[in-house]
Amino acid sequence: MLTYSIRRLILAIPTLLFIALIIFLLLLLAPGDPLANMPLTIPPEVREKMREALGLGEAWYIRFGLFLWQFFIVEPQYMIDAMFGTDLADGAQRIISFQSRSPVFDTIGERMPQTLWVVGMSYVVGVLIALPIGIISAYKQYSIFDQLGTLISMIGFSVPTFFTGVVLILVFSVNLGWFPSIYDTQLRVTDWDSFVAQMRQMAMPVFVLALFNASQISRYMRASMLDNLGQDYVRTARAKGMTEKVVVLKHVLRNSMIPVITVIALGVPQVFGGAIITEQVFKVNGLGQLLITAIQGNDIPMVMTLTFMFAILIVLFNLIADILYGVLDPRIRYD
Amino acid sequence: MTDPMTNMPAMSPPRAVPIEKARSQWRDIWAQFRTHKGAVWGLGFLIFITLFVAIGPLIWDVDATKTDIRNKNMRPFYTLLWDSEARFTWVKPLGSDNLGRDVLANLMQGGRTSMAVGWTAMILAVVVGTLIGVLAGFFKRIDGALMRFTDLVLSLPLLPLLLVMMLLFRDTLRATFGPETGIFILIVVAIGLTSWMQTARIVRGDVLALKEREFVLAARSIGTPSRRMISRHILPNVLSPIMVSATLGLANAIITESALSFLGLGFPSDFPTWGKTLFDSIQYMEEYPERVIWPGLCISFTVLAVNYIGDGLRDALDPRIRGQ
Repeated sequence: MLTYSIRRLILAIPTLLFIALIIFLLLLLAPGDPLANMPLTIPPEVREKMREALGLGEAWYIRFGLFLWQFFIVEPQYMIDAMFGTDLADGAQRIISFQSRSPVFDTIGERMPQTLWVVGMSYVVGVLIALPIGIISAYKQYSIFDQLGTLISMIGFSVPTFFTGVVLILVFSVNLGWFPSIYDTQLRVTDWDSFVAQMRQMAMPVFVLALFNASQISRYMRASMLDNLGQDYVRTARAKGMTEKVVVLKHVLRNSMIPVITVIALGVPQVFGGAIITEQVFKVNGLGQLLITAIQGNDIPMVMTLTFMFAILIVLFNLIADILYGVLDPRIRYD
Repeated sequence: MTDPMTNMPAMSPPRAVPIEKARSQWRDIWAQFRTHKGAVWGLGFLIFITLFVAIGPLIWDVDATKTDIRNKNMRPFYTLLWDSEARFTWVKPLGSDNLGRDVLANLMQGGRTSMAVGWTAMILAVVVGTLIGVLAGFFKRIDGALMRFTDLVLSLPLLPLLLVMMLLFRDTLRATFGPETGIFILIVVAIGLTSWMQTARIVRGDVLALKEREFVLAARSIGTPSRRMISRHILPNVLSPIMVSATLGLANAIITESALSFLGLGFPSDFPTWGKTLFDSIQYMEEYPERVIWPGLCISFTVLAVNYIGDGLRDALDPRIRGQ
């Protein structure tokens, strides 16, 4: 198992490098000029100097190598410096945003908490809703509950999140006035009142994303439970005189969770992608919104870093899903 | 060892079985499909919405992009039920937007674009996916390379890349093909090229299983060349997974297109699609919620219908379920 994990980790490196190359080459084609917003009175030779200062004069492979160096060596050094007060980085050049002229990772660090709160909460809530629904739907197959669950989950992943979000805003913040429609990032949770305010502004985006996630996961849970409920070991367990609760919640559930857990792990990076749209609807200024503004403003280093971070998430969680599968299911042997 | 036959009841003389009329496989599939209530409703709605966007503009002959400032901000006719003061005119039955453009005509015109993008992108994705899946499953030499490539594309962050692609190639294509055709080609190709992977994987798996079957061996032993083997024996047998993933692809393409338009990276603003209309109306949604609701409902119901059709097709095409 350990050798397998190490082998997979090592194999992930060329994959990531290749993905980085694809994204880099795609961005290299970008028609926009980062100096387009500069005054026209700047003489051409100064403009050329400015381009060189931004690192645009070099050949693409040097810029690519520099990006990788900064991403994997320099930025972690700065991170360690910030945490332990050391001086590893020694003033090395960081990845600088074209738009704000500040280090890309500083901006990302500012935006990260909002995204993590909303996305993380929505995923947890989604999973917590999905599992019981899937279990009950499978145990009482074709009952009213099952049919209702099927209908709701069908609606949940058919209706796009931007429409669900807009309808929720219309009902709950325009008509009823229960929740604010715009996410306030300045809010600091210091006491009970600000905590309630935070919960209220998180309610709608979390609900939208949670509904979408829950509708997919509950389908998997139901299918997996149904597969296991018909197995021979279930009959054996019942024949031994075990109570229904033990049979379903111990024997069947544990076995059904194996594929579902990998599905949950595989879904994490997708949730980050899906949050791009939800953040736009509720004006949460998280990573998704940062990506959109960076794309619109031709901010190549920012787009490159963010997209590459999404890619790392995908590769990482694919790896986690595969390893989890091997850990949880003793029938799977990778060695 | 006793002969198993002796234990069986005495064989009755063969009864005259009335010869049933030979039923084609497609008729069986249709019969099974009809038992799925959601799928039938979905098919009905899909036909309705297709007719609505295809024939609708011929009947409701109003230019969707024509501004009519005198009749701007009209409410739809049903607002009269609870608000007799509402600004309303029969010229604009579903109301008009802030520039006086007709909402009903907008829905029809926008639907045309959304559906056209959805179908074309889906066909592109299915063709690419089937091609790669069949090639990988049938020819062992290129299987490894093609599947590694598929895995690689699967681990790309697709939505961010889609957004980047939209931004990068927008101006070039617009200059080459004109604003509308250029963006159409860009969106279709971008969505198609980012959603073929699931089809390829499923098709490859089925082709691998089919290759071990006797009829393929028989066909090979009489010297069928690979090209005809694929077209005569392999492709017809992987049709059902392809059809199911085609419905999923259609739903996915419609959602992706409207999401792109919603993020402001889709069609230009004077060119309505459902997602674009929804996006443009959000700033007025407090006073005029109907402008958001109608396009949103169109997208949602179309996708829901397509997903239900996919569900029904999966059941109908599965021979283990069919006929029970």
